[in-house]
Amino acid sequence: MTSDGRLEKVLERGEFAVTSECGPPRGADPEVIRKKGELIKNSVDAINVTDNQTSVVRMSSFSSCLILKQLGVDPVMQMVTRDRNRIAIQSDILGAAALGINNILCLSGDHQKFGDHSTAKNVYDLDSMHLIQTVKRMRDEGKFLGGDEIKGVPKLFIGAAANPFADPFEFRVIRLAKKVAAGAQFIQTQCIFNLDRFKKWMDQVRDRGLHEKVHILGGVTPLKSLGMANYMKKMVPGMDVPDELIARIKGVDKEKRAEEGIKICVETIQQLREIEGVHGVHIMAIEWEEMVPRIAEEAGLLPRPKVE
Amino acid sequence: MIIGEGKPIKEVLSMIEPYSKIILAGCRGCVTVCSVGGEKEVGILASAITMAREKEGKPIEIKEVTLERQCDPEYLEQIRGIVDEYEAILSIACGAGVQFMAEKYRKTPVYPGINTKFIGVTEEQGVWSERCQSCGDCKLHLTGGICPITRCAKSLLNGPCGGSSRGKCEVNPEIDCGWQLIYDTLKEQGRLDKLEVIIPINDWTTSRDGGPRKIIREDLKL
Repeated sequence: MTSDGRLEKVLERGEFAVTSECGPPRGADPEVIRKKGELIKNSVDAINVTDNQTSVVRMSSFSSCLILKQLGVDPVMQMVTRDRNRIAIQSDILGAAALGINNILCLSGDHQKFGDHSTAKNVYDLDSMHLIQTVKRMRDEGKFLGGDEIKGVPKLFIGAAANPFADPFEFRVIRLAKKVAAGAQFIQTQCIFNLDRFKKWMDQVRDRGLHEKVHILGGVTPLKSLGMANYMKKMVPGMDVPDELIARIKGVDKEKRAEEGIKICVETIQQLREIEGVHGVHIMAIEWEEMVPRIAEEAGLLPRPKVE
Repeated sequence: MIIGEGKPIKEVLSMIEPYSKIILAGCRGCVTVCSVGGEKEVGILASAITMAREKEGKPIEIKEVTLERQCDPEYLEQIRGIVDEYEAILSIACGAGVQFMAEKYRKTPVYPGINTKFIGVTEEQGVWSERCQSCGDCKLHLTGGICPITRCAKSLLNGPCGGSSRGKCEVNPEIDCGWQLIYDTLKEQGRLDKLEVIIPINDWTTSRDGGPRKIIREDLKL
């Protein structure tokens, strides 16, 4: 065990893990995070907090994780390399670990062009691969990147993302292999709508034996409406929403489309559970967190196992 | 070469608004090749400024010069004899040229007439694109001759991010994903194994993060 967190314990015990995520508010009100946390905390093993996702300024992932921690949640602090250099990153990792935030999801982050500060300068001192290496070095060697010794070595569980739906497809498994070699212990994937392509990617993952070296959590997102499905398909780079899925949602009455979205999500989870090497699911119910308990229930993921 | 782009005439006019006698200095280096700061462009810009100022009823005298290079002291010296006769210099060389001009003629205000954009290539007549950010530590041998620092919007060193879609960058569908280009090239060359290796954390001191850079070649010094 490299952390004391629930997520690592559940995965190491071989249980099918459930994680979800909270988008922090665009303000200083902690109640927003508390409310979201309370809604889902008993249905999941850990909750991610996004780090200024889509480059829109929000409450920091760090603070939001601490608020969740106070509710008894095992938080996953998402960290992008877009906004901070290696000095700030290492400092925040120490600060997080000191407060019991031990899961770090290492990301490069959405380009600032998508956000509300598109004229900003990005940092990218490190890329996501380097961030994984940094966290691992701090934990395993007890050293900063600069070489100095860390006094009070942090306990950390290292996560990374994978997008089997981005291009070039053949490179996606190579990139995963690099992340595993760099030190990633768990992977949360981009939202899976195209199960065929995901299965092909998992074939490649197993061919390389990566499923035995890293815990892969398949990402799912319930589609609330036809509009959302179309937006995801057309506007979000690296998102693959097949036409059949759009047609399925379109095929039901407008007021029943949200229900259909939940149903598709539950079915996807059930199919993911059957795939060798998938060790959990990451439910990203975007501004629809209240649906997480229901999705978890209907997918047969409750109750969550008890851990020490 | 260094690629530039003309500043909007309004901006140029507002910079030189207080003056009635200026030198407009072009450069026969890169900016001539990319048709933004050579002798021809000096003539065009001088005419545009003259006409605009006449229209405003505030005529201006413009001395047109085009130096061999504005990044070399010996060529900058060629205007020493006339500089004091003018109130300001409008340079349409690259940013290095403008600064070197300002450095050599400290009493005279020097204004930039173009925006220096990037180190790049002529893709075709009238089309230029960036290739190098002069990071100071070339990695092109690792990446199929395509620079990830320049060609990837995030300067990622270890492969395309999750926003790479159908060969295009998430930032703009007009931009090729640099890592897709790297992948395609290495695949064609049968060198995909290169991509299995993690390119280590970068040392940015060779880039501008170490402060303005300087090279001293003792073997060449006089």
